[in-house]
Amino acid sequence: MSEPKSLFEKVWDAHVVKRIEDGPDVLFIDRHFIHEVTSPVAFLSMEQRGLNVLYPERTFATADHNTPTINQHLPVEDPLSANQLAALETNTSKYGISHWGLGHYKNGIVHVVGPENGITLPGMTIVCGDSHTSTHGAFGAIAFGIGTSEVEMVLTSQCIMQPRPKKMRITINGKVHASVLPKDVILYIISKISASGATGYFVEYAGDVFSDMSMEGRMTVCNMSIEMGARGGMIAPDEKTISYIKGREFTPKGEAFEILEKYWATLKTDEGASFDKEYVFDASDIEPMITYGTNPGLGIAISKPIPQPDEVLDGKASYLKSLDYMGFNVGESMIGKNVDYVFLGSCTNGRIEDFRQFAAVVKGRKKADNVIVWLVPGSHQVEDQIKAEGILDIITEAGFELRQPGCSACLAMNDDKIPAGKYAVSTSNRNFEGRQGPGARTMLASPLVAAAAAVTGKVTDPRTLLN
Amino acid sequence: MAYDKFTVLISTAVPLPIENVDTDQIIPARFLKATERKGFGEALFRDWRYNNDDSPKEDFVLNNPKYNGKILVAGKNFGCGSSREHAVWSIYDYGFRCVISSFFADIFRNNCLNIGVLPAQVSDDFLDKIFKAIEADENTHIEVNLPEQTVTIMATGESESFAINGYKKNNMLNGYDDIDFLQSLKGDIQTFTATRPF
Ligand code: SF4
Repeated sequence: MSEPKSLFEKVWDAHVVKRIEDGPDVLFIDRHFIHEVTSPVAFLSMEQRGLNVLYPERTFATADHNTPTINQHLPVEDPLSANQLAALETNTSKYGISHWGLGHYKNGIVHVVGPENGITLPGMTIVCGDSHTSTHGAFGAIAFGIGTSEVEMVLTSQCIMQPRPKKMRITINGKVHASVLPKDVILYIISKISASGATGYFVEYAGDVFSDMSMEGRMTVCNMSIEMGARGGMIAPDEKTISYIKGREFTPKGEAFEILEKYWATLKTDEGASFDKEYVFDASDIEPMITYGTNPGLGIAISKPIPQPDEVLDGKASYLKSLDYMGFNVGESMIGKNVDYVFLGSCTNGRIEDFRQFAAVVKGRKKADNVIVWLVPGSHQVEDQIKAEGILDIITEAGFELRQPGCSACLAMNDDKIPAGKYAVSTSNRNFEGRQGPGARTMLASPLVAAAAAVTGKVTDPRTLLN
Repeated sequence: MAYDKFTVLISTAVPLPIENVDTDQIIPARFLKATERKGFGEALFRDWRYNNDDSPKEDFVLNNPKYNGKILVAGKNFGCGSSREHAVWSIYDYGFRCVISSFFADIFRNNCLNIGVLPAQVSDDFLDKIFKAIEADENTHIEVNLPEQTVTIMATGESESFAINGYKKNNMLNGYDDIDFLQSLKGDIQTFTATRPF
């Protein structure tokens, strides 16, 4: 028997073109996603060197970060955004790269449309100039975010140079309560490990909680791996993975699929494989979560008070600065705090399941008068499904509107910005200072907590609203 | 594009003793809209550096004339969050050539090495010593010696070594980058590609 290997090692080793002594591995990249913000300089620099795109069919482009989420049929107003969108259009058409720009029926957030179209498959290496590329790890792929110089490397050589990360496994067994969503699971993990606790590692999520999760839920979890510093996170493919990808547009069909299925069945961690670090948590300890500070590690069970400085993993000075920015005090309860904005969407929680959860709470209730609510599907496909399943009727009846797909209020780069000093309950992934707009105060939470805030106008335990 | 060679840097330093500085603080997303790599230095730490009316915030270290130099010394877990290379571009354009911290986020570290900014990771204790030395005297010079892989507080001679892999070290010493290297492997890459199942 050969050495037992982890899922991560199996996939990584299959992609090493060359090992450099005392240096990084040259890693082959199967799929490369690009968007309007981090690609223009890469194309420009490539051209200045006189180089070309090596395998255009392995790169896929979508516009999402800058795009407006209303009136998408009109020209983009902000000239700088319009310029970046135009650059993506020009660059992709020049090099024969598929491009789902604004208005295209497949347009949406890069990490939503990739899996939705079968571009993301188990056993692949996938990169994108966006740190939440870790999302695709839900399929048993090695997926991670890269910088613009690395985008240029992938365009010109289909490879990047990466030091091999250490291996971490996070196991959670048992069953979570129905009010505990995948978002709560990952916020819980980050609160235990801290915003930097997995830096230098690639994480494998294992145990009942993850195998019980839908593919959408697994994507939510893997998406936020980067928020504890991890290079990425992955979950071994299983029957759910296979049935999700089967039949999608870019998924291989027929015999090719059957051959791959056999390969995918080998993609799991062998008994006895070693990890550099292991964490084990218990599903029954996890409650609906919310963040109260300015990094994703500063989260607590929604019913708990804001911790004392010595109870958190961050330095005291940074911790108090963070609370000061949020306008919160040590020991306060989160329940009942005023909410001005609610954002449902992003590559973390902009999928159909998230809208189903939101609708389950708001059904038969009304939007609170004091909140502005942005409901933003991750893609047109999600938008269509929201309509087809009758969710649009439910949310409209409750006084909400549905916007058009895009990154929206996740990053304050398009028109959807939270004003200074205002509080937002957001299903996105980052609560950094100013992330949702200069001075904006973000509380990260699940779609259920977002829905509870949307109908009550304050931070509310969703368990009080669920039957 | 090859970048500046890095060998030995002796300079005063700018202290930023804050932990978990994420790339949204280094450069907020609204400044990522350029299609060329130009003028990012102005956006470095934009929201910590300027008020909403664009007037400088007096108490932020970059606005304090006492502190300057080519070295930025920052608290633990520097550069976490978004993968935006613009964060390193803004640090470079502003004039820094080295960042010293006791911990760097992975993508940020790679981005630094890819454009020729040296991320020198020292222990928490040594970082603290550097902060104290700068606090005591803003003209404290720090030596960052890449061939020797050491950071030294010149006034006291206290020194600590930092790690960097041999390949990246050689790149920085010579101003080479990965793109040129990968071009030299094209034949291998094409052979490898032919074996991929997807
Ligand atoms: S939704 Fe947010 S985190 Fe996701 S890709 Fe868009 S900007 Fe990045």
